[in-house]
Amino acid sequence: MLEQCEGSHAVARAVALSRPEVICAYPISPQTHIVEGLGELVKSGTLERCEFINVESEFAALSVAIGASAAGARAYTATASQGLLYMAEAVYNASGLGLPIVMTVANRAIGAPINIWNDHTDSMSMRDAGWIQIFAETNQEALDLHIQAFRIAEQLSLPVMVCMDGFILTHAYERIDIPEQAQVDRYLPPYEPRQVLDPSEPVTIGAMVGPEAFTEVRYLAHAKQLQALDLLPELAKEFKEVFGRDSGGLVKPYKLDDAETIVIALGSVLGTIKDTVDEMREQGVKIGVLGITSFRPFPIEAIRAVTAHAKRIVVIEKCFAVGIGGIVSRDVRSAVQSRPQQVFAVVAGLGGRAITKASLHKMLQQAIADQLELLTFLDLDWGIVNRVLEREKLQRRSGPVAEGILRDIGTVSSKIA
Amino acid sequence: MFQVRIHGRGGQGVVTGAEMLSIAAFQGGRHAQAFPSFGSERTGAPVVAFCRMDDKEIRLREPIMEPDALIIQDPTLLHQVDVFSGLKKNGYILINTTKTFDQMGLGEFVKGFKPDHLLTVPASELAMKHVRRPVPNVPLLGAFAALGGLITLQAVHAAIDQKFDGAVAKGNRDAASEAYEIVMEQERQAQHA
Repeated sequence: MLEQCEGSHAVARAVALSRPEVICAYPISPQTHIVEGLGELVKSGTLERCEFINVESEFAALSVAIGASAAGARAYTATASQGLLYMAEAVYNASGLGLPIVMTVANRAIGAPINIWNDHTDSMSMRDAGWIQIFAETNQEALDLHIQAFRIAEQLSLPVMVCMDGFILTHAYERIDIPEQAQVDRYLPPYEPRQVLDPSEPVTIGAMVGPEAFTEVRYLAHAKQLQALDLLPELAKEFKEVFGRDSGGLVKPYKLDDAETIVIALGSVLGTIKDTVDEMREQGVKIGVLGITSFRPFPIEAIRAVTAHAKRIVVIEKCFAVGIGGIVSRDVRSAVQSRPQQVFAVVAGLGGRAITKASLHKMLQQAIADQLELLTFLDLDWGIVNRVLEREKLQRRSGPVAEGILRDIGTVSSKIA
Repeated sequence: MFQVRIHGRGGQGVVTGAEMLSIAAFQGGRHAQAFPSFGSERTGAPVVAFCRMDDKEIRLREPIMEPDALIIQDPTLLHQVDVFSGLKKNGYILINTTKTFDQMGLGEFVKGFKPDHLLTVPASELAMKHVRRPVPNVPLLGAFAALGGLITLQAVHAAIDQKFDGAVAKGNRDAASEAYEIVMEQERQAQHA
């Protein structure tokens, strides 16, 4: 049924429709509304046969999910930013043990300096942790991906992180088609664990593995991710049969057929990029967009296949590997290696900076004119940067950087964007 | 696409106002997208929220920098925030105040605007009267419904019922209705002027 509601509410409904048996979470912005919503659904009895466990930290949240999953329960949690870092050890354990937990990451920057706004630094920090990572473009897709995530996780016996842009999606009200319980039940069968802690058939889970087989264990983790490359499109197809919508899969091509320039991105910024690209198309520019839904596994073949004819690829990413450059763009480069295409890394939207059509137009025109740097920071304010560098050159005790910058730029409460 | 920017202060229901505006637009069969601009989440601090409405899916996620309409929930912001930034020529301005545009020192600024695009409504007073709390967001939505016919008063009532229950819902419905009537009366006067 169509409803105008908040993204967090839509996700809470999707998770509830997926019949989780254990939900454990510790609140952190911008994830809070999701777990609050689920708490209400459990308390009111709308979500039956589910235990909502309040925990003392994110480390505990994922640890409880690991225990619940090992005991055969369908387990869910959600976090963001520093919360994800705080549970980092458990993140690796969940995938290493092969436990099909689903976790929402309401993407947010990582401090210091503290920043509650959106970028992808949090989930990117866990990109090598062995979880499947899928990114939602809209709130409808966020809802849809959560239902698919339980299917993916349980089929592979691997945990899945559903990444959605904090605030931009989690706090946005949009039109959402909320599925019927019968549809979700048809798509998502009850959880049948590969391994379970059962007193009548005792096993241990989590043995120590030494050098004799650790490489093999890690290779198997890779092999599982490769299996997901086949599974994700299959489950997206099946999803469409039941729900009638295109959601999920590996990549989302948009106006690529004759595109000389292809813009690649993840998450909600794809909407603004598509609007920009439509305007450029009206001016005769041959440009298209490729959304990446599955970041882990990284769909090398799928990206390679649809970008063959492009002259250049511009990767817009809300994350940044300090000391080297882009993260997504490096993976894209590995997908198109041996081709003469330039792959530009455009770091944008860090810590909630708005990514505007105006800035995208300017940057893409530079790319088309072959004037873009291989690594570009969209709308970087050199004035702010240079004042800090200057201060540090002039005096040894230049003081804390963030406080110095805030003094330089003055109040920001009066700015709109 | 029609874009509305709402300015107010923490505690005045700015974000809820934008959300309800999107619900009202949805009720009218439109696509709508409401989202807040997060900053210092403190009572009294300036807050901005946005609402886009269109007849097709809205993909754009940038803040609204060139609004078609402004709803100003707190006139003291006029001296603190550049609330009129990017307002389209002949856009709508709706201010929660008991004063006139001239009395607020805006007479010169709004000279080029159509008179029926400039409206004031005593939203805080209406909220106190009907809800007993100075939360002006809902009366301003009632007033907005009287503006360009983008949303109906009935849709505003439906949005109120989605957000509130019982006496609070009824009080808000009454406040919205009275604000609607006040603006309709101003519109009639503007047309005769």
